[in-house]
Amino acid sequence: MSRPVTGPVTGRALLPALAVLCAVLFAASVLTGPADAGARASLVALFRGDGGPLTLVMREIRLPRAVLGVLAGASLGLAGAAIQGFLRNPLAEPGLIGVSASAGLGAVLAIQTGIAATGALALPLSGFAGALVAVALILGLSARSGDALDAGRGGGFGLILAGIAVSAFAGALTSLVLNLSPNPFAASEIVFWMMGSLADRSWIEVWTALPVMAVGWVLLARTARDLDALTLGEEAAASLGVNLPRLRLLTVLGIAAAVGATTAVAGAIGFVGLVVPHLLRGAVGGVPSRLLPASALGGAALVLAADIAVRLILPERDLKLGVMMALVGTPVFLHLIHRIRHGA
Amino acid sequence: MLIRRAPTALAAVAALVLTGAAAEVGTAPLRVVSINLCTDQLAMTLAAPGQLVSVSSLAQDPRTSLMADRAAAFPANHGRAEEIYLLRPDLVLASSFTTPATLSMLRRLGVPVATFEPETSLDGVTRSILQMGQALGREAEAHDMAARFRGDLAALRAQGGAGPLAATWAANGYMTGTETLSADVLRAAGFDLVAERLGMRFGASIPLESLLMTDPDAVVTGPPDGAPARADDVVRHPALARSRAARIEVDDREWICGLPQVLAAARDLKNAREGLERGSGRLPPDAAAKGPIP
Repeated sequence: MSRPVTGPVTGRALLPALAVLCAVLFAASVLTGPADAGARASLVALFRGDGGPLTLVMREIRLPRAVLGVLAGASLGLAGAAIQGFLRNPLAEPGLIGVSASAGLGAVLAIQTGIAATGALALPLSGFAGALVAVALILGLSARSGDALDAGRGGGFGLILAGIAVSAFAGALTSLVLNLSPNPFAASEIVFWMMGSLADRSWIEVWTALPVMAVGWVLLARTARDLDALTLGEEAAASLGVNLPRLRLLTVLGIAAAVGATTAVAGAIGFVGLVVPHLLRGAVGGVPSRLLPASALGGAALVLAADIAVRLILPERDLKLGVMMALVGTPVFLHLIHRIRHGA
Repeated sequence: MLIRRAPTALAAVAALVLTGAAAEVGTAPLRVVSINLCTDQLAMTLAAPGQLVSVSSLAQDPRTSLMADRAAAFPANHGRAEEIYLLRPDLVLASSFTTPATLSMLRRLGVPVATFEPETSLDGVTRSILQMGQALGREAEAHDMAARFRGDLAALRAQGGAGPLAATWAANGYMTGTETLSADVLRAAGFDLVAERLGMRFGASIPLESLLMTDPDAVVTGPPDGAPARADDVVRHPALARSRAARIEVDDREWICGLPQVLAAARDLKNAREGLERGSGRLPPDAAAKGPIP
């Protein structure tokens, strides 16, 4: 919070700059793929539609993939910024504290029991239910032990330990359920649920996840003002008229909806909610209400970039997004731990 | 038995030598245990009554086996060395892809093992039939069966001309390559292969995009699995449904093994191919080269 503003793009220019970045990456994502057609031919096929295979590829494979990248990245960036603001802990992240893993478990249970096939929204709502359990558990722990989980005093590890426990437990149950499935391919899906991927997703995933994600975005947007007040501490915020139980409820439901729906259709994509707020916090002067929209755009840009990278590195295989995210996220995570330990 | 220590390398050759020796002295094996789905079904077809003592549990599963009813009459094994040894076999039938640990354990215990290569072509089916006949000491029956198979195949095989373009497409976007039994069945049914154009010999998972860009006339998939898995999503992807490719369903068990019954799948595919060609106004058999349909 005390870091000087160093970025070249600050203040009012930040959001438009991030939006432009997203637009450029979106275009690049739509033009990236194993079908080696030229950019011009691809765009003509996308907008005009010649009825040939390239039109089909552009409209039914590339476009939903890029759109889902934006939606997933925005949800994860927003959720990361919100939970960090609420816990006032820069280590809090949906992936690290087990929300993504629990959402994955909810989705896997829904698919394996056939609940996912009962209605369009059944799958994202199952992800929401799984995420809700984890986020409520983690926030419940933080409420009970108060400052023990406060990163500013070197206690951030309590939160991470609880998160690791929830993550490991949900991950183990996910593996167990998939191993018990009579479908021989189910077990190999453990990787998808742990690492996330946007490969060969369709409009079906976009339309089923979007309503639940949108509810999450609305709920998290409504936490912005209260999160600003919370930077002064819980007592000060309460004296400023912040209804803490209401804020907690909004945060829990919003994060569960955004992360749950994302994970249900794209697997657990880690580190987005950690890296993006970390990179943008300086540019918004550490103000949560400004960090939320910036992190949503930043998250979309990061996931789009990672999804382009996995297709450039191994075009013919489905390299998982989590691999790219961990390459970017781990150094940031270690840097944060270093700063906390040395009381920066 | 005849040869106690079969060489571990070149198992298939060893098996031929072994069973050749058996035939010479006129002692066909009396207690045969099969531990592979494909050898199970071939052995059930060729073995003398009472000669086969056990088949694998997969042979009894109607999802994987074409002969589940007949297999139900045999005690099932699960391919584990211990249970197989306790059946006191004088010959074990296995695939060359059976777990090496199991096979070497059986050989150490002195059980003769005959291994069969997975069939990668329709000619390979004939070879397997003859090898099975030799292994079981049922050469005459095997020769009759192989001759019948060759005749049926010759009657079926499509003649000349370019056919519609087809690809197999399974869970996780897996497509079989040109040197596989399913490719040979498709060729016999008169299809051209996407795998040929992609230069894919054995098979691999490929992106849906790459499949669609070849603009196939037909995509051959299995029926939906009873148990759901994300891996199947790509088989039911909307982009595939919207493409002009016709969907042809062939049950995996129909052509997973190189059995004479594989010709039934070939016949179905041939009918489907003729239906496609009628639908697109092309005249079989020497239709014009495939071009884009306006």
